[in-house]
Amino acid sequence: MNEILDKIKQKYNAEDVTIQRERLAFVTVSKNLAIDAVTWLRDYEGFSHFVMMSCVDWMEDGKFQLLYLLHNPETKIDLGVKTYIDRENSVMESAHHLWKQVWTYQRELREAFGIDFPGSPRIEENFVLEGWEDIPHMRREFNTKEYSENTYFPRPGRETYDPATYMQQKLYPNQPVTAKRKDNDK
Amino acid sequence: MSEKDMNSKVNEMLARSEANVKNSGKKFVRPEDEEREVVAPDGSIIKVNPIYDYFSGARPEEEKPRNGIVEKFLNWARAESIWVLGFGTGCGSIEIPPLVTPRFDMFRFGVQMRPTPRQSNAFIISGYLSVKTLKRVIRTYEQMPSPKYVLALGSCTINGGMYYDSYSTINRLDHYIPVDVYIAGCMPRPEALLAGFAKLKELIKAGKAEKANEYARNFDWYKANQKKIVKDWNMPDYNW
Amino acid sequence: MTIAKLGYTLLGLFIVWNWGFLMGATFRKIGARLAGRYGIPFYQPWINFFKNIGVRTTITHGVMYYLGPVFRLTGGIGLFFFMPMVFTGDPNGHWTNFSFEGDLILILYFQLFGMLGMALGAGEGGHPYSAMGIARGLAQHAAVELPLTLAFLSIAIQYDTFSVYKIVEAQQGGFQNWVLFTNPFASAAIILAMLGAMGHSPFNLVKAPNEILIGPATEYEGTYLGFMQSAGSILHVMEAVLFMNLVFGGATSWAELIVKTFLIYFWSVFVGMVFPRFKIEQSITWFFKVPLVLGVLAIIVFSF
Repeated sequence: MNEILDKIKQKYNAEDVTIQRERLAFVTVSKNLAIDAVTWLRDYEGFSHFVMMSCVDWMEDGKFQLLYLLHNPETKIDLGVKTYIDRENSVMESAHHLWKQVWTYQRELREAFGIDFPGSPRIEENFVLEGWEDIPHMRREFNTKEYSENTYFPRPGRETYDPATYMQQKLYPNQPVTAKRKDNDK
Repeated sequence: MSEKDMNSKVNEMLARSEANVKNSGKKFVRPEDEEREVVAPDGSIIKVNPIYDYFSGARPEEEKPRNGIVEKFLNWARAESIWVLGFGTGCGSIEIPPLVTPRFDMFRFGVQMRPTPRQSNAFIISGYLSVKTLKRVIRTYEQMPSPKYVLALGSCTINGGMYYDSYSTINRLDHYIPVDVYIAGCMPRPEALLAGFAKLKELIKAGKAEKANEYARNFDWYKANQKKIVKDWNMPDYNW
Repeated sequence: MTIAKLGYTLLGLFIVWNWGFLMGATFRKIGARLAGRYGIPFYQPWINFFKNIGVRTTITHGVMYYLGPVFRLTGGIGLFFFMPMVFTGDPNGHWTNFSFEGDLILILYFQLFGMLGMALGAGEGGHPYSAMGIARGLAQHAAVELPLTLAFLSIAIQYDTFSVYKIVEAQQGGFQNWVLFTNPFASAAIILAMLGAMGHSPFNLVKAPNEILIGPATEYEGTYLGFMQSAGSILHVMEAVLFMNLVFGGATSWAELIVKTFLIYFWSVFVGMVFPRFKIEQSITWFFKVPLVLGVLAIIVFSF
């Protein structure tokens, strides 16, 4: 484990190394070196299995964090390669030539976050949604509740109660309300 | 939100949707479905429009019930022979297979599953309905022969249920296709579904289950609602 | 005389139609009881029929689409018209219908007639699953027809006639005279090939519910479907009557006919309840392996 982490630190300037548990670790490399690092891990270090690819939206920092999770079937080590890309100009080098399943992940990320992967096959096609015209729905500035209210016909009369408060009012109407209303729903 | 606010909002939405329908154009029609000219084997040039050549795009028409005792007898037959389309649209479709098992056995009540919309007269919308599925549901619903009935299963079809704020699932089913019977719950048990069938039978026998005619009557309203959210409308307006 | 006979024939057709519906319902009921369910009420097929007649919208795909169910019904009714139902000793009796010398060949033709009509109708319907079901149906039917024809020929050689009525007549006078005992090879071939002709599991790949929707009938609705249900029920009874006449000594009364056709029909139903569905290549191979060999044996035995 430490061996491979040392190597990737030296070779690709990996920062922010997190050892999650015995056989799972994450490293962050720069955007330009990320695909190089993944290729090197696949071809020279035995990380031949591509587990998944995902994205986290750091809206406040103006960044998307991409994660390539790889697995080495011999040493049974999982290694996640993270990289940050710009949120405004969200273009990332495509990794479709390394594994075929990356095509699908990249299509999904393109639809959900609007990240472009130039050269990736079938990237223009719809993934799950058909004819989506709004901003990509997994970006955090997209307000799903507002969109739903504006698009679909909400049925009037829908109210939400805090269960604790509501039960106390129903069962002991004469006593003052002591149950604290949670702040997550207004 | 009050009822009045909601109504004004709905009207506003409808106005927007009409504009949307007008300028939606042929953006989402696939190249093989476009209207074009092709050369026939004998050398002549013919015009093809695949969307309208293969499907009838004619509007549905209201069909009056027959008179008196004939219609009563037919309604009784319809009520005792409900053929359900085997199309699971959401999580509730897992509640349908138990109905054919010994424990619930819907065959006792003359309810059976049919594999094709042409031969079925009841449609169970089982739970949440995403926009993508709604498009298929509309096509399937329109292919079913009239008189046809819709059972809406679960709270998601009533007001969106737990997916009321989702960007991809609809909130009120009755704005897109007419619903005969709602079966509330999340999820309703198979017993509730059987109760729903019993209610549907009552309605049919009383001659009140004429929602297919209502769909034909309010066709424009339903189409406007459907086209508002199905953005890639690459099929005929009415397809059967 | 002729008018009266026509009346009796139509009455017989009505009885056969109802008996077919009842047998269909009993089939469903037995399936339900095997699964531990209560099952449909016995009158469900009639309700389904009337409901289908009462459907309001109709669609069309062209002329052949209309003619498909009509051809199928014609196949069933033709089979009925030229089949002696009840043996009374009088070749022009009421229940011998319009049976005549050589009707065995006509009956073989009518068996295929409905299938061909459906092929044309379903083909015009345009649904890919219809075409698939019809292709399977014709392939399997060819495999069924071969042993059936050989066995029919063997029986025809045995009694030196192509008339079903005469074959029934020759079998009267006790069960030891039945073809079942006088020509066991042909009987075995018929009894096995009959499973395919009835179209129940394991040979129900033509309809294959839930696999290719409902096969040839995928696009049919309403009145067409009602007609096809009627044709199906008539065909089922008539196939059973055909095998009863050829192998099991015919019937001397309606009661005997009902008992015998019930048993013959339910031979195929019980086999179907036990065995799962065959693939098309499996079923064709099976028909070419077992019933065909028996049919050839039956021909050889009675030719020399």
